[in-house]
Amino acid sequence: MMENGIARNDAPLPMRNNRALVVKLLLVVAAAFAFGFALVPLYDVLCAATGFNGKTSQGKLGVGGISGPAAAPSRIDATRIVTVEFTGTVMPGLPWEMRPLTTSLDLHPGELHQAKFLVHNSSDRAIVGQAVPSVSPGQAAQHFEKLDCFCFSQQTLAPGETKELPLTFIVKPEIDESIRTVTLSYAFFNVDGQK
Amino acid sequence: MSTAPSIEHETGHGHHAEPYQGGVMRWLTTTNHKDIGTMYLTFALIMFFIGGAMILAVRAELFQPGLQLMQPEFFNQLIGVHALVMIFAALMPAATGFANWQIPLMIGAPDMALPRINNWGFWLLPPAAALLTLPFILALFGIGDGAVNTGWTLYAPLSVQGGMGVDFAIFSIHILGVSSILGSINIIVTIFNLRAPGMTMMKLPLFAWGWLITAFLLIATIPVLAGAVTMLLTDRHFGTSFFNAAGGGDPILFQHLFWFFGHPEVYILLLPIWGLIPHVLGTFSRKPIYGYKAQVYSFIAIGVLSVVVWAHHFFTAGMPVPALLYFMYSTMFISLPLAVLFFCWVATMWRGAMTFETPMLFAQGFIVLFGLAGLTGLVLADVAADAQYHHSYFVVAHFHYALFAGGIMGVMTGVYYWLPKWTGHMFSETLGKWHFWLTVISFNLTFMPQFFLGLAGMPRRIPDYALQFAEFNAISTVGAFILGFSQLIFAYNIWKCVKGGTKATDKVWEGADGLEWDLSSPPPHHSWEIQPVIK
Repeated sequence: MMENGIARNDAPLPMRNNRALVVKLLLVVAAAFAFGFALVPLYDVLCAATGFNGKTSQGKLGVGGISGPAAAPSRIDATRIVTVEFTGTVMPGLPWEMRPLTTSLDLHPGELHQAKFLVHNSSDRAIVGQAVPSVSPGQAAQHFEKLDCFCFSQQTLAPGETKELPLTFIVKPEIDESIRTVTLSYAFFNVDGQK
Repeated sequence: MSTAPSIEHETGHGHHAEPYQGGVMRWLTTTNHKDIGTMYLTFALIMFFIGGAMILAVRAELFQPGLQLMQPEFFNQLIGVHALVMIFAALMPAATGFANWQIPLMIGAPDMALPRINNWGFWLLPPAAALLTLPFILALFGIGDGAVNTGWTLYAPLSVQGGMGVDFAIFSIHILGVSSILGSINIIVTIFNLRAPGMTMMKLPLFAWGWLITAFLLIATIPVLAGAVTMLLTDRHFGTSFFNAAGGGDPILFQHLFWFFGHPEVYILLLPIWGLIPHVLGTFSRKPIYGYKAQVYSFIAIGVLSVVVWAHHFFTAGMPVPALLYFMYSTMFISLPLAVLFFCWVATMWRGAMTFETPMLFAQGFIVLFGLAGLTGLVLADVAADAQYHHSYFVVAHFHYALFAGGIMGVMTGVYYWLPKWTGHMFSETLGKWHFWLTVISFNLTFMPQFFLGLAGMPRRIPDYALQFAEFNAISTVGAFILGFSQLIFAYNIWKCVKGGTKATDKVWEGADGLEWDLSSPPPHHSWEIQPVIK
């Protein structure tokens, strides 16, 4: 049975500590599980830093990219024009209608501008909604600064109510010269029953 | 017993004191690595046929454009559950079955280090598989709307909105995950602590090395998947907003969490196969394995790289250009250690005295077809090209070349290679060769047209399609049915081999090399109680 290179070993097996190794490996498992959850805040930080995924959070880091107001920059770059397009969608489960009153604006980076959205509650009950912004291309997101926005807070619409929702913003002059068009998109979600 | 007292104490389990039980209780309570390996492999084979039946129903629907056999909802359930069954209930248990049977034999250990955990690891699998498929049956009685219908990737927000099939899938994944983690810990402890005296890490058989890296990847990434599906569960039922944009979450985050697990999973499925292929090539080329060290270092390099390239699965979800470039180049970089493996495989055969028994045929078929998976993977890794190929049938064809030709055919290589050792009988070479040629030809007939379908723009996961895709789909469906029914030869050949046949010698194959071939065929119920010494 035993061939070349293999001899009988009559000595007892060396005692090795299985339990210690199992405990170490279980710690790895626990650490990996915790790492999965740690990725959630890490991901938000990464998105805020890079504008990844069109998140417009900068300055004050808001939850999930909903940022607070930031200070206005001073310089206006009159040498170029950036087109800002506006669009909005209502997510399933929210019986609202939404459209931008301003669909497109040509502006110089650094200028303060306002745009408005029209929102209508077509149901027969009062509903609370929350708008979530997204900017594309993603690299433009960190230079798109909202000074005041209806997305900073939840909006309540009475049955059949129509409302104009304003947005005040600046496209910062630091925005890359290759970007000629920036699209700002809002998605309105039903937040009734949450929180 | 007196010669190996430490093992008895170590495991708290007296081998010889236990009467040899027959019947159901033997299998329910067994802590023997060979019994558990057999159960894993049998379970994998059964689930392979169940997952295969599901996809044959899908291919039947895709035989012609239009909806003939099923509604899109049911179609979506079939494709998702097919993938989950094949990955978690067929391929992974088959690899674990190999590990259970072979690692103790190959490293000269009397059993796995943690035999009771081993038993538990297996018996978690049947309930998990039942949970995954139960919603199909419940739907027949009008309960719920069927199984998980999001595809196996469970992307949010679809999975947040989905029916109760998603919850069944989440709990099933939790249980499968626990089973995999238990199995992995057992394998790592066995390899670290129970190697025969003199067997240093750099004398460890390549199969054990491949499994060791797999086991580490599993314990590092399965918990992340468990966390991701837990977040999904709390988003669905407990009002959290991890993936809900309205509550400040982000659905793209799910893709990151999923693929942080999902990409290493590809290598989890393949590393045990890459470990066993060199043994087969060496045996039938009658040469030592070429480039042992290079292969070990390649395994380690691939294991490390596999956890840092995940985002290439969703280039089109939107990423800054530097991130795209990083994930593109790091993904392509994996092809370097993989190419080392390919060259070592070919060099092992180079000028060898080759014979072409069934395991060798499967190993060589594996090299060619898995090579195609690697080459088409390079195309997909290219950010610019991926925009065209993403979510098309090109991707479907690519990962079936990787996971059927790479994974399943690799498992078949191992089954044919070791089956005579396990059963003590030779299988039918004639049936084995029929099985090989039918599998290879029908596999290419099934999946080669899908490359062209993808290039022509046919999206995956769609039950109906435009008329110009009809011919290729018809060919693919014919291939799939031949492929599916050819596997009955495989099952029959295994059954015949278990029941009887020509007696296998201890060495089985003329050129076989390794500790397991020094044992009798079949090996005694308890083997290597006195460990061999490696010089």
